[in-house]
Amino acid sequence: MDMKVSKKKLGLKEKYQHMTRGLGWETTYQSMDEVFPYAKYEGIKIHDWEKWEDPFRLTMDAYWKYQAEKERKLYAIIDAYAQNNGHLSVTDARYINAVKLFLNGISPLEYMAHRGFAHAGRQFPGVGPRVACLMQSLDEIRHAQTQIHSLSNYNKYYNGFHEYRHMLERVWYLSVPRSFFDDAYTAGPFEFMVAIGFSFEYVLTNLLFVPFVSGAAYNGDMGTMTFGFSAQSDEARHMTLGLEVIKFILEQDPDNLPIVQQWIDKWTWRGYRVLTLVGMMMDYMLPKRIMSWKEAWEVYFEENGGALFKDLARYGIRPPKWLDQIEQDKDHISHQAWGTFYNYAAACNFHTWIPTDDELDWLSQKYPNSFDKYYRPRLEFWREEAKKGNRFYNKTLPMLCQTCQIPMIFTEPGDPTQICYREVDYKDNKYHFCSDGCKEIFEHEPEKYIQAWLPVHQIYQGNCFNEGVDPTAEGFDPLAAVLDYYHLNFGRDNLDFEGSEDQRNFEAWRGMATKNT
Amino acid sequence: MHIDLRTVSIKPQRQTFDHIARRIGPDKAATRYQEGTLDVQATHNFHYRPTWDPDYEIFDASRSAIRMADWYAFKDPRQFYYGAYTLARAKQQETAESNFDFVEGRGLADNLSEELKATVLKLLLPLRHVAWGGNMNGAFIAAYGYGTALTQPGLFHSMDQLGIAQYITRVGLLLGDDVDVLDEAKKSWMEGEAWQGLRRYVEDSFVLKDPLELFVAQMVALDGLLYPLVYETIIDDVLASRGGTPIAMLTQFMTDWYAETRKWVDATVKTAAAESPENKALLEKWIAHWRDRAAAALMPVAQIALGAQADALTSELVGQFNARLAKAGVAL
Repeated sequence: MDMKVSKKKLGLKEKYQHMTRGLGWETTYQSMDEVFPYAKYEGIKIHDWEKWEDPFRLTMDAYWKYQAEKERKLYAIIDAYAQNNGHLSVTDARYINAVKLFLNGISPLEYMAHRGFAHAGRQFPGVGPRVACLMQSLDEIRHAQTQIHSLSNYNKYYNGFHEYRHMLERVWYLSVPRSFFDDAYTAGPFEFMVAIGFSFEYVLTNLLFVPFVSGAAYNGDMGTMTFGFSAQSDEARHMTLGLEVIKFILEQDPDNLPIVQQWIDKWTWRGYRVLTLVGMMMDYMLPKRIMSWKEAWEVYFEENGGALFKDLARYGIRPPKWLDQIEQDKDHISHQAWGTFYNYAAACNFHTWIPTDDELDWLSQKYPNSFDKYYRPRLEFWREEAKKGNRFYNKTLPMLCQTCQIPMIFTEPGDPTQICYREVDYKDNKYHFCSDGCKEIFEHEPEKYIQAWLPVHQIYQGNCFNEGVDPTAEGFDPLAAVLDYYHLNFGRDNLDFEGSEDQRNFEAWRGMATKNT
Repeated sequence: MHIDLRTVSIKPQRQTFDHIARRIGPDKAATRYQEGTLDVQATHNFHYRPTWDPDYEIFDASRSAIRMADWYAFKDPRQFYYGAYTLARAKQQETAESNFDFVEGRGLADNLSEELKATVLKLLLPLRHVAWGGNMNGAFIAAYGYGTALTQPGLFHSMDQLGIAQYITRVGLLLGDDVDVLDEAKKSWMEGEAWQGLRRYVEDSFVLKDPLELFVAQMVALDGLLYPLVYETIIDDVLASRGGTPIAMLTQFMTDWYAETRKWVDATVKTAAAESPENKALLEKWIAHWRDRAAAALMPVAQIALGAQADALTSELVGQFNARLAKAGVAL
């Protein structure tokens, strides 16, 4: 027969495999250990990188095509939102403080994720996971930039956004999300993947993005909502990657199980502590609420996470440690956090307030076991004091937890009237912790956590004043000097929402839009 | 409630973020490239040192021997942030797609002479592994470089190289009778005489620790000789004159990519060299070293398609390379 044999048609999976998989090789002029120097020191054993199941099978040309389409749509909406002064259609100007929290606390983490996945994407000896990590690295710089670009318009009109990059490295509460990510970034590439790829992007992501994105939708913030939804389809890929990583590592060698379990315990707890800020945002900062923090935890962690850990049980994985404490804490942490920010509102780059009566009632209803008993009386007392002209701004610096860096505000499991303290003596120092979880994480890697740049310690050590400032000078005001170092505009970025420039401007601008005067 | 706000004109409190305003002036609106790039990377008060490399901070300028007073002196002339980058590449992939459609739809690959096809497969296919090396090295710069102005285009380069590896694979699958051609090419890459110099070069680049030296080895020297040689000279010129125009269509992405990317490479070299005589001397040393190694490693590869002409054409390209770098302020 002289008919030309037609080429074998390749299936999608096979085709992708050829497009990507065959690309790598065993190096011989330099040893594999030199080329991939960080692949072994964590103790994870990988026998066959080829067993990696590519979760997306996305070639670069397809990636460019889909992502460009999404970018086109997203920026069209961002532009329209800015042009039409969309910020004036949010429910009320208090909402904008939730957006400040996002830009200051979350967007810089997207950037860190970008760099972290570039690191993992360089270091894994397997082609499949390398490509998946690099694609995620590219997505993460997208998220950082689309957030910066959409929120840039808020910065033009409102305070508290203007120095987000500078403040990230200095302002006390921002060391909580930042140290979380620095911790992941400085871990080995496998731990990074379990920390961010699995624990954060898979287990906890819904507790971060749903509150902010739905919060934006509920409160008329089209701009934020749009970048959130546009990021969602990327997140779906990231979640798949996170799960694939865990399964891959566990299937490779039984010795990997205890290492991975310890990481899951650690990173669930670390992530949960960071989410305190989100819980507070949900319960206090959204004028139009979506659901309470407690409900969100029940839906997104207890139900969805429960199913996940059931699924992982076949690998020997058990649910993360300290869930019993989280279970008790869910009635408390958002209230404890908001109380803290209300106290330290002078040193903060967003505004605080006492909820309205309606809002207090909502909280009473959502937290029947705790709010009326412990937190409502306190808020009402503060409101009364403020009315009498006694608004108290705390100027005394709080003790911080060495691990999560949150002030020691959390209470003993089982006793919401007793602050929880734990301590460890290590070398010649005493270290303090907010919880058993944070203490145990420290004990596992003390040499790492003693390095922490704790904002309060740094202030006391004199490291948080601008150059040339003399703390021994007569009349030296340490708080004012620290706020200068933060680049925080006193009276504009901080203090109560009531009476703030943001409040006045929003009212005046909305008035221009809705009235004839 | 829908509010028609078009008639409301509000005076903004500020034009951009303070860290951008300190660089461009307070009264100017910032571009998206600027807001997405300038000072985005953290620089102060890191919490922990990398457990994998505790000699350095998380981001540490001293990873490079190149010294910059300001790492944001580097500018990408393409102004690529993620959005601009993906839009540009999406357009290029559309062209690539219609080129592939054109060649496939008209059966143009079947009309190529067997000799030409064999040359292309022999020359082009092992280059997927070189592109994979480029992907590794771009990722290194993205991870360990200092300052978003440098690391961001590093990642774009990395992903571009992955895209190029995949385009080469497609050419192979189109020209070859079976997927075996990929295995054969890998065998050449691993064992073939002609490829060992280049493979050694790529593997040696994998163990460089200085992100700027790696930039020189990959983006300046290797890309700077390989793309003009393989795509501009051999495919677009020599093979096209032997009836290989369809191949030039299939590799248009690479030609266009290089013409665009070298602008970023030139700007980066120029900025680093202009910073100080020490930088300039170091760049001259690195570029001369890696240029000579790259030229030598590419010679046997060039011979696959050029035979005896390889020597002369490669020398010519090295001359052009030197002239190009002279414009960027580096005398070789």
